[in-house]
Amino acid sequence: MSEAATTEHPTNTGISHNKLAMWVFLGSECLLFGALISTYLLYRNEFHTGPAPGDIFDIPFTSVSSFVLLMSSLTMVLALSALKRGDIRNNRLWLLTTALLGALFIGGQVYEFTSFVREGLGFTTSPFSSAFFTLTGFHGIHVSLGIVMLMSLLISSLRGNLKEKNSETVEIVGLYWHFVDVVWIFIFTVIYLVPNPTS
Amino acid sequence: MTDTIVETNRPIGVYTRPKGGGGWRDWVTTVDHKKIGILYGATALVFFVVGGCEALLIRLQLATPNGTILGADTYNQVFTMHGVTMIFLAAMPLAAAFGNYLIPLQIGARDVAFPRLNALSFWVFLAGAIFLNLSWVLGGAPDGGWFGYAPNSGIIYSPSVGMDFYAIGLQITGIASLVSAINLTVTILNMRAPGMTLFKMPVFTWMMLVVQLLLVFAMPVIAVALFLLIFSRQFGANFFNTEMGADPLLWQHLFWIFGHPEVYILILPSFGIISEVIPTFSRKPIFGYEFMVFSGIAIGFMGWGVWAHHMFASGIGPLSVAAFSLSTMFIAVPTGVKILNWLATMWGGKIKFTAAMLFAVGVISMFTIGGLSGVTHAMSPADTQQTDTYYVVAHFHYVIFGGIIFGLFSGFYFWWPKVFGHMLNETMGKINFWVMLVGFNMTFGPMHTLGLQGMSRRIDTYSPGFGFELWNMVASIGSFIIATSVLIFVINVIVSAVKAKGQPHCGPDPWDARSLEWMTPNPTPEHNFDEVPVVESLDEFWHRKYGTDEEGRIVRVATAEEVCQDGSATGVHLPSPSYWPLVFSAGLPLVGLGLIFSLWLTIPGGIMMVGSLFAWVFEPVDDPDGPHGHHDDSEETATEEAPVV
Repeated sequence: MSEAATTEHPTNTGISHNKLAMWVFLGSECLLFGALISTYLLYRNEFHTGPAPGDIFDIPFTSVSSFVLLMSSLTMVLALSALKRGDIRNNRLWLLTTALLGALFIGGQVYEFTSFVREGLGFTTSPFSSAFFTLTGFHGIHVSLGIVMLMSLLISSLRGNLKEKNSETVEIVGLYWHFVDVVWIFIFTVIYLVPNPTS
Repeated sequence: MTDTIVETNRPIGVYTRPKGGGGWRDWVTTVDHKKIGILYGATALVFFVVGGCEALLIRLQLATPNGTILGADTYNQVFTMHGVTMIFLAAMPLAAAFGNYLIPLQIGARDVAFPRLNALSFWVFLAGAIFLNLSWVLGGAPDGGWFGYAPNSGIIYSPSVGMDFYAIGLQITGIASLVSAINLTVTILNMRAPGMTLFKMPVFTWMMLVVQLLLVFAMPVIAVALFLLIFSRQFGANFFNTEMGADPLLWQHLFWIFGHPEVYILILPSFGIISEVIPTFSRKPIFGYEFMVFSGIAIGFMGWGVWAHHMFASGIGPLSVAAFSLSTMFIAVPTGVKILNWLATMWGGKIKFTAAMLFAVGVISMFTIGGLSGVTHAMSPADTQQTDTYYVVAHFHYVIFGGIIFGLFSGFYFWWPKVFGHMLNETMGKINFWVMLVGFNMTFGPMHTLGLQGMSRRIDTYSPGFGFELWNMVASIGSFIIATSVLIFVINVIVSAVKAKGQPHCGPDPWDARSLEWMTPNPTPEHNFDEVPVVESLDEFWHRKYGTDEEGRIVRVATAEEVCQDGSATGVHLPSPSYWPLVFSAGLPLVGLGLIFSLWLTIPGGIMMVGSLFAWVFEPVDDPDGPHGHHDDSEETATEEAPVV
């Protein structure tokens, strides 16, 4: 219905309401992560008596999980292009793969958090630890919400409601998903790749 | 019948008569931008009165030295809630009221892009407003100032639950603002009538577009600041714990990166309103429309580069101070352009001093005073002397009250017939203006002197003998004169409504106005336009009424009745009402209370929110037989409203 209506009644910009709203929302999200990243940058040296970032980060491990997350953007693109071709089966396959890769990333984050806590870096240990868990936690919540969206699309598809004409819905979820991935590139660079202080 | 009218006999989403049914059920489920606008306005006026009563308490306490009306602790709560209420629960939602009601009408649309999200914005705002005020009875209101500076807002210096209510309550109203901002941005960019290019949009709509974009980018910053505060207070995070090396200035930076755009979020709607009122009553087009628009955009951009002028006394270093001094002086330029353009619009015009026009002229004069004292803050040596004194209080009240409240009242008098179909009494309106002007200057004028004499703000009392007595008494008397003027307004609203009962609605064009919203009958029918107009020029409505004769003189070519639509269209396809925005919003304060008092409360709150989201997605939007399993926010009916002819 919406798609039919959209083609009948073009919008002023030529972009549908839903897609434009997602773009505007993502613009807003930039500032959200911008503020969180700034907070982290301010506190990356303030580890008080707790573990310092350089003591605790396992860069090879996080690199692998970052790779997993970035690959999920590829599968997201494949999911969309499958649906655009009308290939429902591959669309489902790639949606599921994307969600699984996202879940794998979240699993890695849960593992990382637990091992940090075991090594003495809790949420309240230092300004550094508070900022670290808040920034990566917010990103993790964003990935998790993305997984919920992907699974909703998948369920919708299994009920026969996700057809070629709905490809814009997948595209919009994809916009969100790619955004969350791109943000991770920044977060990964800022937190892990910039040389970190040790205690 | 035109092709914009969808002929259909489906049961949902079709009003055979474009007329509201009345009754409370209609209001709690409405997705109509006009009703939501009215809800915003009514709610915000209630909170305006609440915030005003808090102001009167402050002035009673400070009227004489060693005041005993409020204790120090209560005083902190009252002035904090005065600021929070006036900014977040009165001024912003009043702007939202005008925006919601007028934007679709001014661009020739039948509703906003996402009608249900629009309802959600209002209910979430109301939930946040009630939540904030619940603090009075649930352990004490916020007491750290509306700016909530760290570490004063932390658990050590503010142990009551007040600042928790502040942080969570503002987070909730922030969601409302963000959702509404996205919605209105998409509406303005996507739903303009055919022919209405961006540079044919009325100035009000333009200013609102700038405001929505400011909100889109400013709200997440305050959201982060509030999250840091919530995490610090609730979970012991160390963002503002100086003993561990945290920097309390982080809060100030985040807060003012939001807070200064917020100043423009507050003022630009008022600028937009008077940019409609002044040309109408000067009987001239606005002078320098493009300059008006671009100066608004310039303010929107430059508003991001001046935040640290709130922090000149906090030790940010000479380089930062110099840079922000300069940028602050620069931002006075586009504002000056606007003032000049309003004056030039009035220059040589056949000015009619209606109540709306008086308030608009009030904005120009009072805001200019506030703007000039603002420039004195931009000079950092002077500012270090003025910081935290009543001089600052005087400045921002001239800007906020003189600039915003006067503008909003101008809007009330101007658009009242549009919304309710009858005029407000003009004589009472003029009395309202003059009483308010006198009271306003009596209240806030003397605060300049008090501040320069060294009276600091936020103190709950002062000793005799410092020379503060006279001007404090004058200010307190003035505040009650302001209260009288608001009372006159309320009486005017009631008297005018009673008088209008049983009378026919006022004519279609009471002011000989200029923009598209007046092409619909008064009050606006539920479907707005019978036929979406094709726009050819700025001030489209005016150009349909007036033309030029062979000698180039302006002559009337059509009466308002001929140009206005009569609102008689039937069967116009409109989005259906929904319960879910309300249910979702009711869950939010439960989650908030749960975070403060007992996590168990978050469970029913969370269930309400998640449940209503699913119900929202699965409710048939306009076609009960069609597929409705998509997990997107699409308001299918809204796309119907996209301009076509």
